[in-house]
Amino acid sequence: MSKIDKDEHSGVETTGHEWDGIKELNNPAPRWWLGVFVITVIWSIGYWVVYPAWPTLSGDGERGGTTGNTGWTQYSQLAESQAEIMARRAAYLDRFDAATFEAIQADNGLYAFALAGGASAFKDNCATCHGTGGAGASGYPNLNDDDWLWGGTVDAIEETIKFGIRANHDETRFSEMPAFADIFAEDEISDIADYVLSFSTNTIYPTRGKTLYDEQCSLCHAEDGTGDRFQGAPNLSDAIWFYGGKKGEIEAQIRRPKHGVMPNWNVRLSDSTIRQLAIYVHSLGGGETE
Amino acid sequence: MYSKHAALEKNSILMLIFVVITISIGGIIEIVPLFRMETTIEPVKGIRPYTPLELAGQNVYIREGCYGCHSQQIRALRDEVERYGHYSLAAESMYDHPFQWGSKRTGPDLARVGGKYSDEWHVQHMINPQSLVPESIMPSYPHLSRRVLNLADIGDDLIALRAVGVPYTDEMISSATQDAYAQASQDSDYLDGLFERYGEKVVARNFDGETHTSEMDALVAYLQVLGTMAELQDYKHDGSKRSGQ
Repeated sequence: MSKIDKDEHSGVETTGHEWDGIKELNNPAPRWWLGVFVITVIWSIGYWVVYPAWPTLSGDGERGGTTGNTGWTQYSQLAESQAEIMARRAAYLDRFDAATFEAIQADNGLYAFALAGGASAFKDNCATCHGTGGAGASGYPNLNDDDWLWGGTVDAIEETIKFGIRANHDETRFSEMPAFADIFAEDEISDIADYVLSFSTNTIYPTRGKTLYDEQCSLCHAEDGTGDRFQGAPNLSDAIWFYGGKKGEIEAQIRRPKHGVMPNWNVRLSDSTIRQLAIYVHSLGGGETE
Repeated sequence: MYSKHAALEKNSILMLIFVVITISIGGIIEIVPLFRMETTIEPVKGIRPYTPLELAGQNVYIREGCYGCHSQQIRALRDEVERYGHYSLAAESMYDHPFQWGSKRTGPDLARVGGKYSDEWHVQHMINPQSLVPESIMPSYPHLSRRVLNLADIGDDLIALRAVGVPYTDEMISSATQDAYAQASQDSDYLDGLFERYGEKVVARNFDGETHTSEMDALVAYLQVLGTMAELQDYKHDGSKRSGQ
């Protein structure tokens, strides 16, 4: 214990503590700081009146608490904010929903609206698989080219997005190539792969490969390898490969085919957004007319 | 007034009493209303406890520290609802112990990631994220495919969760390991029991495509159920009425 005394130099009282001859001045907190502190306390009272603040035991009110005299909640704020953007979109959306694709394409404003909405929804939902620019990856189709598994018209793209591929929906697009590992011998698979490659490379193919292909593969992929979109059978003649175009990759796909899944987006996105997406994807480069 | 403070500082028992009083005031006001959980949890249909496999997946999620970069809470803000879907409800994390709301998003929010991508995508993305999203900075987790999932003790996890209020039944606990293996295969004989205990909506399939049941199976099963339980089409926000779910 040391006694409280005044510092000689500044004339301020010390706290009475001393360490190796160093004493601590007992200056009061700055007055402006105290003032701000008091103001925040007073401010909080106003806050309690206006906003939901105090929890209660009654279970009434917003999440069981006082509601504030304005009735503000984060949910009403969200609803207002959504209503505001919907009102701004409504100028386009009503016409957009009613118009055919041809009419949308002919109307610069509507077409720009579709592309802008589609581009933003694409980044949030599609880019993770199909790439930011729609270039895809192995097993996830490139959307920039004109090779379509299930069709490249706006309507076909819209249906694919809406119901997905091998997704959990009754109307989903579905195809399943059988696994040929147990049906063909290894050298037969090799011959078929050579024949499949010959469609796009103009190489000489083994006749046995052609025979086997015509028997087993042509029903879906067509005799000339151009595929069948109705069944979702890929075009094998265009040098665009879904799971890789090396001979080994083609053989692997004949033995035990991979079957990709695309979710049905109708549970997550509105019909209008899906249509915007379809028009956006259609515009990337390979969009087809009827 | 300042000098009277000295009396408190110099008497440890008096100091202790005043500290307890001060902290209690704040604590009681914040905590006591939560004892009545029905005032904080919205009534929404469809929420069920995690299946044993999903729970094993959540354990992997926690062990790998996924919460460090991914939140599981969609806030009631327009841009979040536009991007991720319906804002998160308290009911949707009421069986999470600990909850996985997170506090930072380096990667995207995962509260509604269930069903957004295919199983194959999740597996490939976990093994090598940059092969699918070149601009991603997520680390790779290839070991999850190799590590065989330890399910022998998963029933103990259910017991622990029941102790903190998750309504697991004795039957769920005794058949936990069996249910977990059943969910990780498409054609198990025990699937009926799984659906009976956890509902028809449970997704059972070979999540990682491999023959063994790996940690990847569990993690993908967990990710694929996130945000899919609540029947949000029937949910109406009503701030004035709260009742037990």
